Amino acid sequence: MRYLAGEYEVIVIGAGHAGCESALASARMGCETLLLTINLDMVAFMPCNPSIGGPAKGHVVREIDALGGEMGRNIDRTFIQMRMLNTGKGPAVHALRAQADKFEYQHLMKKTIEETPHLTLRQGMAEELIVEDGKCVGIVTKSGAEYRAKAVVVTTGTYLRGKIIMGELMYESGPNNQQPSIKLSASLKEHGLELIRFKTGTPPRVHKDSIDFSKTEIQPGDEKPKFFSHETKTSDIEQIPCWLTYTSEDTHKIINDNLHRAPMFSGAIEGTGPRYCPSIEDKIVRFADKPKHQIFLEPEGRHTSEYYVQGLSTSMPEDVQLGILRTIPGLEKVEMMRTGYAIEYDAVIPTQLWPSLETKVIDGLFTAGQINGTSGYEEAAGQGIIAGINAARKVQNKEAVIIGRSQGYIGVMIDDLVTKGTNDPYRLLTSRAEYRLLLRHDNADLRLTPLGYEIGLITEERYKQFMMKKELVELETERLRSTKVKPEEMNAMLEMAGSAPMVQGGDALSLLRRPEVTYQHLESVLPSPYELSEEMKEQVEITVKYAGYIEKQLLQVERLNKMEKKRIPSDIDYSDVRGLASEAKQKLDVIRPLSIGQASRIAGVTPADISILLVYLEHYNRVTAARGSQ
Amino acid sequence: MIHDTIAAISTAVGEGGIAIIRISGPDAIIGADHIFASKISLKDAESHTVHYGHITDPVSGEKVEEVLVTLMRGPRSFTGEDVVEINAHGGVIAVRKVLDLVLQQDGIRIAEPGEFTKRAFLNGRIDLMQAEAVIDLIRSKSDRAFTVARKQAEGLLSRKIKALRGTVIELLAHIEVNIDYPEHDVEEMTSAYIREQCLLAIAELDKLLKTASEGKILREGIMTAIVGRPNVGKSSLMNVLTQEEKAIVTDIPGTTRDVIEQFVTINGIPLRLLDTAGIRETSDVVERIGVERSRDALQGADLILLLLNHNEPLHADDRELLQQLEGRQVIVIVNKNDLPGRLELDEVAGIMPTAPIVHMSVLQESGLDQLEKSISDLFFEGGLEAADLTYVSNVRHISLLNRAKSSLEDAIEATYSGIPIDVIQIDARLAWESLGEILGDEAGDSLIDQIFSQFCLGK
Repeated sequence: MRYLAGEYEVIVIGAGHAGCESALASARMGCETLLLTINLDMVAFMPCNPSIGGPAKGHVVREIDALGGEMGRNIDRTFIQMRMLNTGKGPAVHALRAQADKFEYQHLMKKTIEETPHLTLRQGMAEELIVEDGKCVGIVTKSGAEYRAKAVVVTTGTYLRGKIIMGELMYESGPNNQQPSIKLSASLKEHGLELIRFKTGTPPRVHKDSIDFSKTEIQPGDEKPKFFSHETKTSDIEQIPCWLTYTSEDTHKIINDNLHRAPMFSGAIEGTGPRYCPSIEDKIVRFADKPKHQIFLEPEGRHTSEYYVQGLSTSMPEDVQLGILRTIPGLEKVEMMRTGYAIEYDAVIPTQLWPSLETKVIDGLFTAGQINGTSGYEEAAGQGIIAGINAARKVQNKEAVIIGRSQGYIGVMIDDLVTKGTNDPYRLLTSRAEYRLLLRHDNADLRLTPLGYEIGLITEERYKQFMMKKELVELETERLRSTKVKPEEMNAMLEMAGSAPMVQGGDALSLLRRPEVTYQHLESVLPSPYELSEEMKEQVEITVKYAGYIEKQLLQVERLNKMEKKRIPSDIDYSDVRGLASEAKQKLDVIRPLSIGQASRIAGVTPADISILLVYLEHYNRVTAARGSQ
Repeated sequence: MIHDTIAAISTAVGEGGIAIIRISGPDAIIGADHIFASKISLKDAESHTVHYGHITDPVSGEKVEEVLVTLMRGPRSFTGEDVVEINAHGGVIAVRKVLDLVLQQDGIRIAEPGEFTKRAFLNGRIDLMQAEAVIDLIRSKSDRAFTVARKQAEGLLSRKIKALRGTVIELLAHIEVNIDYPEHDVEEMTSAYIREQCLLAIAELDKLLKTASEGKILREGIMTAIVGRPNVGKSSLMNVLTQEEKAIVTDIPGTTRDVIEQFVTINGIPLRLLDTAGIRETSDVVERIGVERSRDALQGADLILLLLNHNEPLHADDRELLQQLEGRQVIVIVNKNDLPGRLELDEVAGIMPTAPIVHMSVLQESGLDQLEKSISDLFFEGGLEAADLTYVSNVRHISLLNRAKSSLEDAIEATYSGIPIDVIQIDARLAWESLGEILGDEAGDSLIDQIFSQFCLGK
């Protein structure tokens, strides 16, 4: 029986990593928000690896935090291991990665959501969109509850027509045997959205007591852990190690002997899987000459004996999976607790979205996360917060917020998705960013916290602290620049640092530019009059040391921004633009880029097309201006 | 990128005529000043003045060309930006050398087709009425440049560049995988390895650049096909034009069984002459291959010299050729005019109303002046623009090769000063992108493809 169950300003469908950030952002911006989930026990659930962060992904978590999102704070309080990766490389690619207690992570997120004002968390399966005059104004659940709102955010992850595949076994299911969402797909299609079929997978889980850890290598966390949130200063969490082992010749033999039973190769799987995350059978076929593959054993939480077997994602039949596991050193007598599987699901072709993540065909309908063709908790959460912000801003009649490619990995990801689309589940990589040196782990707050404050997601208190940090970093850099030093004062320190002695006087800043000289070295002879945190010192050192390269990238960004600032009017009719190649016309008409910058990134749009578009726009503007002045 | 500086040869190159190299943008004056030896520095010169001097290679000190340089400061210039025009004498090699030097200056790149006019429009120097003309110009020039680029992309140069890019991208993918999969058991990238790979690539680049500087540019002259029925005098014409006995001349029809290429300069215009096997129906297998090749050469030619025999009536093969050549850039040469005339000239003029007709006797080398005049007329009237574009696109290649090389040198230098690999990667990536611009490839996603095909990654 259909009945009116409530009126809200924003409805978020799905309470995974995208949905949680969406709903929290919207509610914190003052919108009455409803967060619907098929199963309340699955809020912020991690269906695959129990970890958050790593290169590019960790950067996104920092960015979410800088904007005022939740993921960083949540993992900082629920991790069981923290590691900074890439420390031997440049500061831009230092990347934090946490192993999560996946249960605690869920519980804490659920608690935060429950305690957030303006936010209602409810169990229910959305099955139908209510669209009136091209606007999405609500949804109807399986139980007949009709919820009304001014904007709807769909974050269905892998639930849309989800299908689990395990060897010969196949059945309709969401992740981890949850109920799939079957009818919503049809409703999306009915309202004009085009869907594609993607696939992903997860490895088996095993019992800790059946692992012989003596045959594996220990992978401990960092002694002095760093944190994702700019708010977290300390932690007394006790860390738990992970373990490393390898596949053996026998592993490869079992897989090869059973390839005829692998749905990957039998044609049973129709969805496109991610390139970066192939299953073990895929790896062994494609890289046949590689004698062994790494396998990491990762605890799923503090109060469970389940271990995640990273590197062994597979959709082989259950009996083969057990066989495979037992060929791995340390796992000879292992007990499998959950079977690995592949899952197929519907996703929205992301070029149907504006950069705000609102769909072009239905006003007020936003999508975020895996439904947009991405994969990964961090990618989902990064889109989630943007969709939530923009849904709320839509309700409040404010202009959409778009993060630029030079401002954050979130911007790179969304621009890639809506401008180029994706042929397989999209994962962020640092190599996707052209301004990697500017998009660092350490400066996420400098890049995005002012925006978060403006939006209303950063508190006064936090903003004040941020401004103080910024000012102190500038003061300290200026101090080093204006401090003249003599060789006799510095040479002992330089020798310690393994750097060449000074011959004549200079300023302290240029000493810090030397690769061997750290801020700590300099501080030992030139202590700062300011009270600086480790974070601030790091910031000073990085900006000074890489100034040359950073400036080069800033120059490129300045050029890019000129193109980004050339807006394309929304009412442009590309069929009217004389001289455009027909391929360009068609692509431009589908993507409807907001700026010349975005237009130039569309595949199939040539520099000549861009030139022609520029000339057309100039023409257009002059005509419009002439009309206006009459 | 509207505010960088562009340069190009803005008039066709011809002997006796003057070639103008135009530079426009914020770095135009500084850039030109750096290679211009004169009594006055352009930086201090007033706008709208002309200066005498020499274009000099700042590295070797060699005087390249005696020139007049015109200076126009923005906004009072054609493009609305600072503009420098270098008037050179027009010898192909010298003008090209001047442009090369200009493009080696900081911040100056080769102009895209129609770009000067585009800037003029965007800076409000051209009125609305002309906007459509600008669009047509960009479209037609780009399409032609694209055709030219595609022709070259099938050639040897592109194969070499692809191989070079392959070396660089493997290096890039290796660096990227170290960064994005730090815990993966992939060999760590070392400075020594990066240096080794960069040096390998630079050695290859040097080889390419050396051939470019040896004046091989002439290879890219106007593709000119000499066609006609067997024994009408094609090889003899070729020999006359090249003053060499390269083609075998006999009076047996079907002697030329392959396409012979020669490079000549006529009134300063570079021509790439193709002597084609006589086009006719034949049962001889070897000759038939030659005929096929001739037809191919014909398809790709910018200019066609069609030979007809003054002494014979039009043959069915002649008529077929005439039909095929409709709409192409053709000069009709009526050979053997020392013999009695039996050719139906009216019919020829009827089929090809716009083609110039030149009477000559190749054997007696008479009428040659008229042929040369016809070729240069066509050239200067703009009918043979394609060759000019081929030429420019080569200068573009050279400047991109140079850019790739200097990026790789930066990368090598960085490895010596303890710069981390992800920062060195920036330079290596620039080199890869510059090489990609030559091929017109999309740089974007293929690095990611490379990472996943080169390394076994996963969770």
